[in-house]
Amino acid sequence: MATTDQEVNELIKREYEHGFVTEIEVDTFEPGLNEDVIARLSAIKKEPEFMLEWRLKAYRRWLEMQEPDWAHLGYEKIDYDSISYYSAPKRKEDMPQSLDDVDPELLRTYEKLGIPLHEREKLAGVAVDAVFDSVSVATTFKEPLAKAGVIFCSISEAVRDYPELVQKYLGSVVPHTDNFFAGLNAAVFSDGTFVYVPKGVRCPMELSTYFRINAANTGQFERTLIIADEGSYVSYLEGCTAPMRDENQLHAAVVELVALDDAQIKYSTVQNWYPGDENGKGGIFNFVTKRAACIGKNSKVSWTQVETGSAITWKYPSCILRGENSVGEFYSVALTHNYQQADTGTKMIHLGKNTSSTIISKGISAGKSSNVYRGLVKFGPRAEGARNFTQCDSLLIGDRCGAHTFPYIESLNKSAIVEHEATTSKVSDEQMFLCRQRGINPEQAVSMIVNGFCKEVFKELPMEFAVEAGKLLEVSLEGSVG
Amino acid sequence: MLSIKNLHASVEGKEILKGINLEIKAGEVHAIMGPNGSGKSTLSQVLAGNDAFEVTSGDVTLNGENLLAKVTEERAREGVFLAFQYPVEIPGVSNLQFMRTAVNAMRHHKGEPEMNAAEFMKLAREVSKQVDLDPAFLKRGVNEGFSGGEKKRNEIMQALLLQPKLAILDETDSGLDIDALKVVSDGVNALRAEDRAILMVTHYQRLLDYIVPDYVHVLADGKIVKSGGRELALELEERGYGWLGIKDEATADSSALSNSAN
Ligand SMILES: Nc1ncnc2c1ncn2[C@@H]1O[C@H](COP(=O)(O)OP(=O)(O)OP(=O)(O)O)[C@@H](O)[C@H]1O
Ligand SMILES: [Mg+2]
Repeated sequence: MATTDQEVNELIKREYEHGFVTEIEVDTFEPGLNEDVIARLSAIKKEPEFMLEWRLKAYRRWLEMQEPDWAHLGYEKIDYDSISYYSAPKRKEDMPQSLDDVDPELLRTYEKLGIPLHEREKLAGVAVDAVFDSVSVATTFKEPLAKAGVIFCSISEAVRDYPELVQKYLGSVVPHTDNFFAGLNAAVFSDGTFVYVPKGVRCPMELSTYFRINAANTGQFERTLIIADEGSYVSYLEGCTAPMRDENQLHAAVVELVALDDAQIKYSTVQNWYPGDENGKGGIFNFVTKRAACIGKNSKVSWTQVETGSAITWKYPSCILRGENSVGEFYSVALTHNYQQADTGTKMIHLGKNTSSTIISKGISAGKSSNVYRGLVKFGPRAEGARNFTQCDSLLIGDRCGAHTFPYIESLNKSAIVEHEATTSKVSDEQMFLCRQRGINPEQAVSMIVNGFCKEVFKELPMEFAVEAGKLLEVSLEGSVG
Repeated sequence: MLSIKNLHASVEGKEILKGINLEIKAGEVHAIMGPNGSGKSTLSQVLAGNDAFEVTSGDVTLNGENLLAKVTEERAREGVFLAFQYPVEIPGVSNLQFMRTAVNAMRHHKGEPEMNAAEFMKLAREVSKQVDLDPAFLKRGVNEGFSGGEKKRNEIMQALLLQPKLAILDETDSGLDIDALKVVSDGVNALRAEDRAILMVTHYQRLLDYIVPDYVHVLADGKIVKSGGRELALELEERGYGWLGIKDEATADSSALSNSAN
């Protein structure tokens, strides 16, 4: 049908809903990176000596590293000296003690984004550690968590208050030598979240963080560390939106998860950063390293992600399955349109006996975008009886977009079992005509078809997030009928 | 109700409809027969607004309004329903959700309140019984893995839910076993109403034993070459299309094949 493409174009044209800029006075470093900048950053954060050394070591190594170019991505070289490595909202004292201390302008920003902290405080027991630019500004629900013995705070606080835990685990899953972006992050990470769930504790609520990039030309280098001690359980939600900006903004986060014996971590992400305009101008560059170490026996980590934003996404939430019987899961929806590029997937590294992993990846491409699934399933020599199931589905909207699948399998153990399924489909003119013939408008039809396509992943999301994810897809698709 | 005047339509530059004239009044049932590739599905799709087909000339009005000026979904909301010859699958979208979205689009158009999931579930269960489809089909993806006959019953189910003004049924009888033919016919007869017109494409006069049409038309090479009453179908069955000076079905084989993706 000739009109379908046209409809798709109109849907795609829909403007980014969260494109506004908050005016807040920002205490920002001059652009550029050197050892002095790192020392200042560390001093501002009142970090103990070990942290500064850790950062500097990472920085020196990073200087020798090369930016990776193996991904199916095209972008102009990033000038790391044009980036400012610290910015913080202006505050009265050191840190706001309660919401009353928080800049009202900032709270209004959350309001516009539909993240009213006041409401969230009262609502369904979600603790919100809101990160605005680089500094945590409000944390709620600390008390019930403290009662349960759960530590949920900014990583900066953790560095000061729980140095033993930080020293033991920070960089244990993603060492600074891992890759270029992880190295940079280790040197300059600004803030992020720290969670520790003690032995045998089931975290009494979903923990969540909202990220948002604001100040122009400010790199965002989040660092998250979650440790689930023996027999514990925690579900963590991460979501973000960003205001409209013309300059490309770099984001290089690192997330490390550690699951000890019989522990479970569920990590869910809804990512909606500014993807750039319809001509491919602007948008966030998102180079993230997310990795979980299932070091304990019977431990389990599930990554669930819904990625609709960013101009460039380079992201492979992975699991190292070291403990016997440990389980890794990856459920992903990645949607791209206009000129967005996503190279995303996962790595499941089976080291222990009877480890198992499941990968469900749903890629949706519209406009002139490119959507790549890249996955590695690896079995070590001791991974007796390990197994993996991978399902990789691509959905194309219109005929100017691309979808590619690069599954890699490496097995050093003959007993390992791998199952791989892959499909590519298109939102067909016939499907669109059927929907429209039943009175359903094209936008709704696309949204319905795409949501149906993503169902298996959405059902893995916590309730409140599933609703948000559905809404997000609808917004992202308005004009890009799925 | 429906008035078609000198309708010409083409696809990919090839003229398929070559001047169709047809008047259907409210309450009437019209059957269209004709060899493979003669343009029956094309006519159905053009009426429903499929823009893969280009209307090159002619007029179509529904209750006096210019149908051709409206996009597909507008036509649907104003009461045009097409039961597809080849219903397409929409994997992952539950039949129930699909139908509720459609019914609510219609209700919204009429200024009626939307039906919530529970209300709709109740209604859908009743209607599914009417077409002898197990309610389990409501939970499955739209037409996903349905047999040919199940797809056809699912189409009639949608017609019953949407209560159209003009129901166009494109070979809803083909591929049905004897029992299913009865079920589908009962469904269509339940649709018969004073204020509704039905246009039924079929190859088999057998269907017309169950659903007795007011008129029968023969479409050949994009034109209606003969119209008559119920008895015309019987005569066609006996004598084939040859006596009307039309190439018989056998010679239309190639177009029947290429048509299967329609
Ligand atoms: N999308 C298309 N592209 C090219 N040709 C088409 C297309 N759709 C239909 N046609 C052609 O138009 C002609 C009429 O097709 P149509 O489907 O209307 O026939 P029909 O009368 O419904 O046949 P049948 O009894 O086999 O269902 C055929 O020759 C067919 O090949
Ligand atoms: Mg046909």
